Amino acid sequence: MNKLARWGLTMPATIAVVLLLVIPVVLTIATTFGEAGGPFSTYTAFFKSGFRMAVLYRTLQIALVTTAIALVVGFITAYVIAQMPGRLKSIMIVAAVFPLLTGVVVRSFAWLIILGKNGIINSFLMWAGLIGEPLSMLYTQGSVIVAMVYLFVPLMILTLVGVLEGIPRDLIEAAASLGARPIPTFLQVILPLAAPGLIVGAVLVFTGSFTSYATPQLLGGEKQMMMGTFLYQRAMVTFDWVGASTIAAIMVVITIGVVFIMSRMARRLNPMAV
Amino acid sequence: MATRIHPLLGAFAILVFFFLLAPLVIIVGSALSDTTFLTFPPQGLTLRWFANIFQMEAFRRTAITSLQVALLGTGLSLLIGIPAAYALNRYRVELPRWLSTLFVLPILVPEIVFGFALLKSITIGLGLPVFISLVVGHALLILPYSVRVVGASLASFDFSIEEAARSLGCPPLKTFMTVVLPNIRAGVIAAFILAFITSINDVSVSVFLTGPGISTLPIQILAHMEQFFDPTIASVSVLLMLVTVGVMAIVEATLGLTFLTK
Repeated sequence: MNKLARWGLTMPATIAVVLLLVIPVVLTIATTFGEAGGPFSTYTAFFKSGFRMAVLYRTLQIALVTTAIALVVGFITAYVIAQMPGRLKSIMIVAAVFPLLTGVVVRSFAWLIILGKNGIINSFLMWAGLIGEPLSMLYTQGSVIVAMVYLFVPLMILTLVGVLEGIPRDLIEAAASLGARPIPTFLQVILPLAAPGLIVGAVLVFTGSFTSYATPQLLGGEKQMMMGTFLYQRAMVTFDWVGASTIAAIMVVITIGVVFIMSRMARRLNPMAV
Repeated sequence: MATRIHPLLGAFAILVFFFLLAPLVIIVGSALSDTTFLTFPPQGLTLRWFANIFQMEAFRRTAITSLQVALLGTGLSLLIGIPAAYALNRYRVELPRWLSTLFVLPILVPEIVFGFALLKSITIGLGLPVFISLVVGHALLILPYSVRVVGASLASFDFSIEEAARSLGCPPLKTFMTVVLPNIRAGVIAAFILAFITSINDVSVSVFLTGPGISTLPIQILAHMEQFFDPTIASVSVLLMLVTVGVMAIVEATLGLTFLTK
């Protein structure tokens, strides 16, 4: 009876995930090995093509830069939030959560208004007489990165506020009472304790930006094609399904690889878990 | 943790909040502009762009589809997610470890890959109607929220209360509904909200699963933007933000917003 209950209760969700996620994704990846030129021919074609490799490099680069900026900005902001008294802290958390709950399309769209040819920045610079004609800021790597940072900083802040609040105050006071100055305290006490949280945040931001679709679509266009937009283009515009499946397989391997390696690292780095 | 913060750090945080909130203010401002192009600060104030949305069939139709998909998808994911979360906590020792990993797979697999795989296997392979594929895709995408968030509140639930009810002769389902469920109310509400918001804003999965005649609101916004760049888009965005405000008000009223950092 008990055995039946515990398997019965998990069964619907298990079947749903296996049938609708695992099998479709595995089948999609499997089709890439059935090509006439040998099982790995689509991959050799991918890695030999300058254009496709440029898309992969660009995606990795944008994701890494976004992650690095989000880490620094998110950490400092979360640190400040964690020091705030109760009421102010709640307000700041709400201010950080609100953009997070607003959709990707809406948030990316905002940057079209800001960075566009007739956008706010151009209008202001023209009005101030600093430039004669509008700068083209859209469809550059910079515009994609700015919008991605905007997208992911709230996620980083929320991840880190919880972590930083969990650091016992006694530890910092102990360091101070033993004569540690603020910077060494930060480097030797706070940072190591926050390291697992920083890794979790970094993984979330990296995988999120590496696999994003709407933001590069809106702010990058054809010029700044990333893996997500490339996959869509191959599947729905040129109907090259094997090509699209190859991109899908590469994306799955990289994301799951990053999650796996980094979560092991987070576990090892956790100084509280001895 | 509480120490004094350096004024420079404080100033930096203020700048970050400006960076986070200014774009949203800009959207609201440009939605009110009395011009046919998007501009900020608004030139003249008007609500006509909001009226314009309601005259556009495509927005009305896709908004309804989005709501239906979000409600059905969230309902479905809770229906299969809550029992799974319950079993994972109640029979923690007996169930294999990979089972809980299985339920977070929808977050681990890139959304865009999942959407493409669903299109190939469900919509085209099995020939299921687009609407069904959308609901199923969204339900799966948000399943991790149902399992993890409900699971988190079950982790602090004292199962001996349940055993007490059972030993007094209460049948299993009734015990669950009257004893367990009221105790994990907060988790269920939180899971519902996170799932609903994720579904209603989703692009990456939906973009593959929308077909002729059926689309969701975010996909419709993307399509509209490719042709027109007028304040209608800004006003639709404002309406979507109002949905978020409403949801946050519900969160604040029922759980308090600080639960989000936990």
